[in-house]
Amino acid sequence: MCLAIPGKVVSIERASSPLMGTVNFGGIQKQVCLDLVPDVLLDEYVIVHVGFAISKMDEQEAQETLKLFEELDSGLDELKIPEI
Amino acid sequence: MKFIDEYRNAEAAQAVASAIASITTRPWTIMEICGGQTHTIVKYGIESLLPKEISLVHGPGCPVCVTPIGMIDKAIAVASMADVIFTSFGDMLRVPGSEKDLLTVKAEGGTVRIVYSPLDAVTIAQKNPDKQVVFFAVGFETTAPANAMAVFQAKRLGIKNFSILCSHVLVPPAIEAILSSPQNLVQGFLAAGHVCTVMGYEEYIPLTDTYRVPIVVTGFEPVDILQGIYMTIKQLEEGRYEVENQYARAVRREGNIPAKQLLAEIFETTDRTWRGIGEIPSSGYKLREPYTEYDAENKYRVSSERLWHHGVSRHIEHQESNLCIAGLVLQGLKKPHECSAFRTECTPERPLGAPMVSSEGACAAYYQYQPFFQE
Ligand code: SF4
Repeated sequence: MCLAIPGKVVSIERASSPLMGTVNFGGIQKQVCLDLVPDVLLDEYVIVHVGFAISKMDEQEAQETLKLFEELDSGLDELKIPEI
Repeated sequence: MKFIDEYRNAEAAQAVASAIASITTRPWTIMEICGGQTHTIVKYGIESLLPKEISLVHGPGCPVCVTPIGMIDKAIAVASMADVIFTSFGDMLRVPGSEKDLLTVKAEGGTVRIVYSPLDAVTIAQKNPDKQVVFFAVGFETTAPANAMAVFQAKRLGIKNFSILCSHVLVPPAIEAILSSPQNLVQGFLAAGHVCTVMGYEEYIPLTDTYRVPIVVTGFEPVDILQGIYMTIKQLEEGRYEVENQYARAVRREGNIPAKQLLAEIFETTDRTWRGIGEIPSSGYKLREPYTEYDAENKYRVSSERLWHHGVSRHIEHQESNLCIAGLVLQGLKKPHECSAFRTECTPERPLGAPMVSSEGACAAYYQYQPFFQE
């Protein structure tokens, strides 16, 4: 039940209370409550848990983490910590 | 799928694993808090990618596992009442109570329905005005805003035939309970990323300061977890103990403000008993005064010592299986395969303890993905 997965917001029902919308999870679409991410825009990614978007995904941060992996790969030697 | 595939990339995982090996100079024990992370760790065999000095132990972050048996018995008592539609997340149905589980109540003629979202339970209440709808509100901080919203909506819409059986638990007091135990083995924590999407991570700073342990907010994909481990080991090797955020694509320092406001409106903290661990002070939520009419415990006055069956109440003792060592597993003191009942008396089909029920429970994860744990 703790599963929370990212999906893309494909529609927002602006007039609904609580704020609802449709989120696409790799082809599967679901009705999701967007009330906790009120500033979300169409095509943005959100993390959804038990039918609620609980956070927006930050695209730039996602890229940063991935870039860090690449740096780890190429710069392993520099990561070594000097013996204390 | 975007934001998932990249973090399951085998080369990236290998790169981080090598980086971990290159900085590890001595043994360290790290605990992941969240059952979702336990699932990923066991499913992808993350421990096998790590140097042998690093030991991963699995924490109490599975709501299915820590909901106390007394609360399961209360759920069973309420669900057995004739005019009640009892609604719950699916994996609570097979959690063993003292005498039976919710699935058995259903088989015996009780109305027990699985819902995907707590708002669905409110809709069921709207559609069935002649019935009482009760939702089993379990979960950590990740789930609490959704359950809070269900209560908020019920009140806003004037729905009177809805209530929740509230058994919410909170992560930081559990970390503190583990750290303050004299038997504690854990030297660093991976904090549950999704809990922190809601709460942020400032509340972990007093813990790192007091107990001098690193806490790294970590995501759920294999590469996230490896990177969380890398950041934790780096702190340990450098003698630092800070809160760091590996899961920055979803977690901001302050968390989700609208969600926190909703929580503050609906809930206040209370002492809670954790299955297998015992009572932890201020470790859960209960409904605040203006919302207590939505509290199923108030509404039905079910004492956990009395079980209802076909309108008759009788006394029960809360009985745990005496083979089950779930409490030790949930505190990181034992691994699932060290339990004598693992895979013999206790299987996902016939669970003796709650960690064998949900796939996020450590015992079920070991059972499903690690067939070589045969002991
Ligand atoms: S294997 Fe079963 S009996 Fe043993 S600790 Fe896990 S849940 Fe309890």
